[in-house]
Amino acid sequence: MSELNNLTIAEARDALRKGETSATDLTMACLTAIDAADGLNAFVHKTPTLALEQARAADARLKAGDAPAMCGIPLGIKDLFCTKGVPSQAASNILSGFKPEYESTVTSKLFDAGAVMLGKLNMDEFAMGSSNETSCYGNAVNPWRRQGSNVALTPGGSSGGSASAVAADLCLAATGTDTGGSIRQPAAFTGITGIKPTYGRVSRWGIVAFASSLDQAGPMTKTVRDAAIMLQAMAGHDPKDSTSADLAVPDFEAALTGDIRGRRIGIPREYRMDGMPDEIEALWKRGTEMMRDAGAEIVDISLPHTKYALPAYYVVAPAEASSNLARYDGVRYGHRAKLAQGDGITEMYEKTRAEGFGHEVQRRVMIGTYVLSAGFYDAYYNRARKVRALIKRDFETVFAEGIDAILTPATPSAAFGLGEMADADPIAMYLNDVFTVTVNLAGLPGVAVPAGLDAQGLPLGLQLIGRPWEEGDLLNHAYVLERAAGFVSKPGKWW
Amino acid sequence: MSIDKDTARKVAHLARIAVKDEDLPALAGELSAVLAFMEQLNEVDVEGVEPMTSVTPMRLKRRVDQVTDGGIQAQVLKNAPDAREGFFAVPKVVE
Repeated sequence: MSELNNLTIAEARDALRKGETSATDLTMACLTAIDAADGLNAFVHKTPTLALEQARAADARLKAGDAPAMCGIPLGIKDLFCTKGVPSQAASNILSGFKPEYESTVTSKLFDAGAVMLGKLNMDEFAMGSSNETSCYGNAVNPWRRQGSNVALTPGGSSGGSASAVAADLCLAATGTDTGGSIRQPAAFTGITGIKPTYGRVSRWGIVAFASSLDQAGPMTKTVRDAAIMLQAMAGHDPKDSTSADLAVPDFEAALTGDIRGRRIGIPREYRMDGMPDEIEALWKRGTEMMRDAGAEIVDISLPHTKYALPAYYVVAPAEASSNLARYDGVRYGHRAKLAQGDGITEMYEKTRAEGFGHEVQRRVMIGTYVLSAGFYDAYYNRARKVRALIKRDFETVFAEGIDAILTPATPSAAFGLGEMADADPIAMYLNDVFTVTVNLAGLPGVAVPAGLDAQGLPLGLQLIGRPWEEGDLLNHAYVLERAAGFVSKPGKWW
Repeated sequence: MSIDKDTARKVAHLARIAVKDEDLPALAGELSAVLAFMEQLNEVDVEGVEPMTSVTPMRLKRRVDQVTDGGIQAQVLKNAPDAREGFFAVPKVVE
């Protein structure tokens, strides 16, 4: 057997059940890999003691024959998830020192299934960013490098630490969250799989809120099969989240038949952007051919409001963020500024938030405040919500016409260098989400699958978008794409 | 819509974020750039379209009106920067 931390969830599950390895050995292999990978800055709070305790408990369950699929599987958990007694900071200084007294529903479900937490993973502050450069912990680094170069690249964002850790085999899989592309873009930048489920499929309870109508958690894994297995354990109705759907969770792994004959795959013409790199265009074309070769019918479709998704998103998401982040006031948890003589409560709020929030978070909170303020609410916020309804209608129309899944590029480029976008205006960074953000606005499931390498040897991903609640069917399409693409490359170890 | 220094000051105050006077022009510029990007939305014909309130068409569930937990004062206060005698402590609010 190769090194244990290199295993997929499915391989580890089978080996554990056969008694060929133990959860403790798997966990030790991951902890060793993590300690040798500080250069990636992926794990920002390590929890080895807890991990080994959970691993021993998992081994006991395995021995007793009571072992769900995730039992004994070592995971990394994005810092956005509240984990009881373990720092949960959303990569923000305003939550420094915060240790929740409760466990998020997703991590509870994973732990109930026997999963092991290795530690908390780096991310953009409050999940606001596309490069993991807004984190209070410093940048997470992509294990991939351009051929013949040692320039440090971004793992993407906001789930950059999750992507880096999975791609570098520091854990078997990780949790991520996706508000505008924060699972799919980093997955594409690091050659792994990431799925954002249908809005409402996974409980948001105990996940630090960014934009509540868009946020959704999902797995980031080495394979499509692993995504199916882990999503199964994360999903399900939760009375503590009023937007959680009271729907049965089907067997996602059983949906992976590899048969998509006769299925209709839509290729949206509006995703062919001006100035799109040739390599992305060529990858998309190859992906289309793979689906056709698998027996699917390829259909040209139109999603006419695509162009307005990003501006609508950058009204709706900051508006919700300004409201959600109002709770960070220095009273109940986290950072409080040192006050000067005579400072009152307003100064306490203003100084605390100025010190605790980073630049990008401050900007988005203020944009949100502005678009919600008297006189501008209709012009910006209500208009954006109307455009959002039109974007959703675009998808409903093509699905009603019999489209089963939609194939697009995942990102407009491969991973870029850390710091490369520092002088660009914020809009240039926002463009990273151009292919993914429509999916959040419409509440649909979307998955990024690694599909090839660019000329510099960096991974590129394709995205498949599915019908609401049909994650199983979507993952089956992704499985076909994964097998046809045959992506097996791994980053060369330099860290 | 372009944001001037005074509007930037007002927005910062509404958001309860202290911004130094010398930083206001740069902030105004950044906010204006993002708002200019949003102006594209004016090209869309939204006549007769209802603003989206819920991404999935579902009724919010109602729960029974009863106390389900409580008596966890110590846990509630555990992460407070300043807690005294069972309360969150803040600077004087009322003269």
